[in-house]
Amino acid sequence: MTEEIIIAGFGGQGVLSMGKILAYSGIMQEQEVSWMPSYGPEMRGGTANVTVIVSDERISSPTLTYYDTAIILNQQSMDKFEETVKPGGVLLYDPNGISKHPSRTDITIYKIEGAKIAADMGNTKIFNMVVLGAYLQIKPIVKLENVIKGLKKSLPERYHKLIPLNEDAITQGMKNVITT
Amino acid sequence: MGELKLMKGNEALAEAAIRAGADGYFGYPITPQSEVIEYLMAEKPFDRTGMVVLQAESEVASINMLYGGGGSGKKVMTSSSSPGISLMQEGISYLAGGEVPCVIANVVRGGPGLGDIQPAQSDYFQSVKGGGHGDYRLPCLAPASVQEMSDFVPVAFDLAFKYRTPVLIIADGLIGQMMEKVELFDQMPRLTDQEVIEKYPWATTGKPKGKERRILTSLDLDPHKLEKHNQHLHAKYNEIKENEVRYELIDTDDADYLFVAYGSSARICQKSVKLAREKGIKVGLLRIISLWPFASDVIKEFTAKGIKGFLSVEMSMGQMVEDIQLAVQGKTKVDHFGRVGGVIHSPEEVVEALEQKIIGG
Amino acid sequence: MAELSVQDIIKPENLVYEKTKLMTDKTLSYCPGCGHGTAHRLTMEVIEELGKENDTIGIAPVGCSVLAYEFMNIDMQQAAHGRAPAHATAVKRLWPNKVVFTYQGDGDLAAIGTAETIHACNRGEQIVIIFINNGIYGMTGGQMAPTTLPEMKTSTSPFGRDVASMGYPLKITELISNLPGVQYVSRQAVHSPAAARKAKRAIKKAFQNQIDNKPGLSFIEIVSNCNSGWKMTPNDSNEWMEENMFPYYPLGDIKVDGKLIEK
Ligand SMILES: Cc1ncc(C[n+]2csc(CCOP(=O)(O)OP(=O)(O)O)c2C)c(N)n1
Ligand code: SF4
Repeated sequence: MTEEIIIAGFGGQGVLSMGKILAYSGIMQEQEVSWMPSYGPEMRGGTANVTVIVSDERISSPTLTYYDTAIILNQQSMDKFEETVKPGGVLLYDPNGISKHPSRTDITIYKIEGAKIAADMGNTKIFNMVVLGAYLQIKPIVKLENVIKGLKKSLPERYHKLIPLNEDAITQGMKNVITT
Repeated sequence: MGELKLMKGNEALAEAAIRAGADGYFGYPITPQSEVIEYLMAEKPFDRTGMVVLQAESEVASINMLYGGGGSGKKVMTSSSSPGISLMQEGISYLAGGEVPCVIANVVRGGPGLGDIQPAQSDYFQSVKGGGHGDYRLPCLAPASVQEMSDFVPVAFDLAFKYRTPVLIIADGLIGQMMEKVELFDQMPRLTDQEVIEKYPWATTGKPKGKERRILTSLDLDPHKLEKHNQHLHAKYNEIKENEVRYELIDTDDADYLFVAYGSSARICQKSVKLAREKGIKVGLLRIISLWPFASDVIKEFTAKGIKGFLSVEMSMGQMVEDIQLAVQGKTKVDHFGRVGGVIHSPEEVVEALEQKIIGG
Repeated sequence: MAELSVQDIIKPENLVYEKTKLMTDKTLSYCPGCGHGTAHRLTMEVIEELGKENDTIGIAPVGCSVLAYEFMNIDMQQAAHGRAPAHATAVKRLWPNKVVFTYQGDGDLAAIGTAETIHACNRGEQIVIIFINNGIYGMTGGQMAPTTLPEMKTSTSPFGRDVASMGYPLKITELISNLPGVQYVSRQAVHSPAAARKAKRAIKKAFQNQIDNKPGLSFIEIVSNCNSGWKMTPNDSNEWMEENMFPYYPLGDIKVDGKLIEK
């Protein structure tokens, strides 16, 4: 199994940390992982993206042209990455703030109202966890228990009390993802 | 199994320095490697192992701090990125001349000049053909993963002390900024002062009673003596060439063609190998690990076995390709492909280049 | 008073402020709230008011203001990190009738470029140095600078600057003011309209010295904020600067007409 993912959105949406948690979860179940962020001036425009690869084998290129899954969280990223999903692949997006919805017919497109759900749950910071939950519903490449272990590893001790909230967010994401 | 962590390449390098039992790190911030000193400052290695970490006022200062530290027998290291490494070249030449062991990591970015802060591999010539003045060579290791950012640190220190020479670790912005799984090796002890004194009799640790004092210098005003010194260095470099060539072969057994690449380009080429083989092109990868000493003999063997062509894949306008050409001696096709200025070639582009420049060309 | 419509406001006769034409229309790359932009503008206004736009050569540093050449609409060179005073030295000596200045941050001027700074001052180069002291390396993401205050947290002093192991904040401005090659030294700020007006007067005096062929170098330090690097809102950063930076780096003239001001 090799899953090649691009997660793209605004800086501050938790794009990089979502990728990091996914990568950590992979490690928890003894898989190979890589996490390659955009960095430097690329980030100035406010956009952030990260390529995450989780695999049973040694990972080749950490930067890619085409992805199995694109998780898209703003319009700029939609414009840039819709085309990069491999035929038969998955595009998951949050419609909030998207004016031009994806139109490809050779991939499966899923929606998650991540921003709305997070707001309803009273904490916009868990937005990325809702989206992560949606993704894991579509592609259960890592087990939930390993995600929690990954969270524990990547969060400093003082934030561990927030883990149940994050878990709820993931579950909400899993429940609310829909195909378009 | 050692401790498993998800780390950036730069962080792995820093953690490895602590675990390798380094005595000191001296550096100056520069993107894309500032995480090295930031990590070290946050980790408080002085409390963990007694390791000294200092933010120097410039790379010129950092490299001369290495002369002081390495010259007195301590395991010392610096890291920087291209413009900072250029600034260090004077000091590196002095370190090579004075035979001072130390480790210098370059997380290469786009150049020339201030360039940009994106990944590049355009410092190959500088790394393996001198950089500073005079007739010297530096062993140069090129990690291609975060794991190797960690693993190569103790290897580099071993080479540095075994051969009394500065050793380069050449990474790039991609390897530095990327996170991967790393298995950290266990903490190695730092040498005690007494051990340093006993192990490194050449080090300036204070003139031992009843023995000759030590002088570390790269100056010799007598040309005949300086000639001898150069010949001595040369003999040492030949020994390194003999013993320290490092490379990895990937899918080469049945290969008609070979990619030759190091660092991130080698990672990208691994994908290109898969893509090309899906198309029925039998291509393998010779991953260069030691940029110097270079795997010339391996290339010669492949040439003799009838490989139909080599494509050097580097994020430069073509530097390592010259060393491949030297080894091949015109006996088969050699060409270069690479994006530059911080642009990273895609695996697909690399396959296309193979088809156009080597197979079709 | 009748309310003005947008159309009224933009009428030339209602203009209360006009951007100097020596600033380009490029959007500044600085973080909102950063002092660099104001310091750029004041410098360019002075050059314009002195009528020297065609006779000035500016040297940009490495730091957040590395792109100063994009914003300052005059001839510019961009130097290696810390080397701007060396560029300026040569330009001025080879073009003695031109006006030459450098614009540098604290890392650039007081860490990697200390030698160039001190020696340009010591040789009494007839140039102007505009020195932005924000106590941090903004460009590279908030590492400790030579001017970082004691106990101040940065990414390379995460537990606060420990002066015993990391040294004391370097008062480079006081240091160079003692050199006979230096004509005029003033420390200013640009965080309020009043401060900016004063800073502009000082900058103007510095350039006037050069134009009047007064011997020696004129040096203006601007104590400024780096809200991003300090991890504060712009307002908080200005307050923090007043409370913490100004006591350590007091504002005002330090040396005038080659004479130190008695304090
Ligand atoms: C030789 C060299 N070393 C390091 C760097 C990286 N670098 C760029 S800007 C900078 C510090 C800038 O700080 P400062 O001068 O205080 O200006 P600010 O960004 O705060 O305005 C450093 C270390 C470089 N460009 N060149
Ligand atoms: S990082 Fe600091 S100095 Fe640089 S532009 Fe932002 S606020 Fe200004």
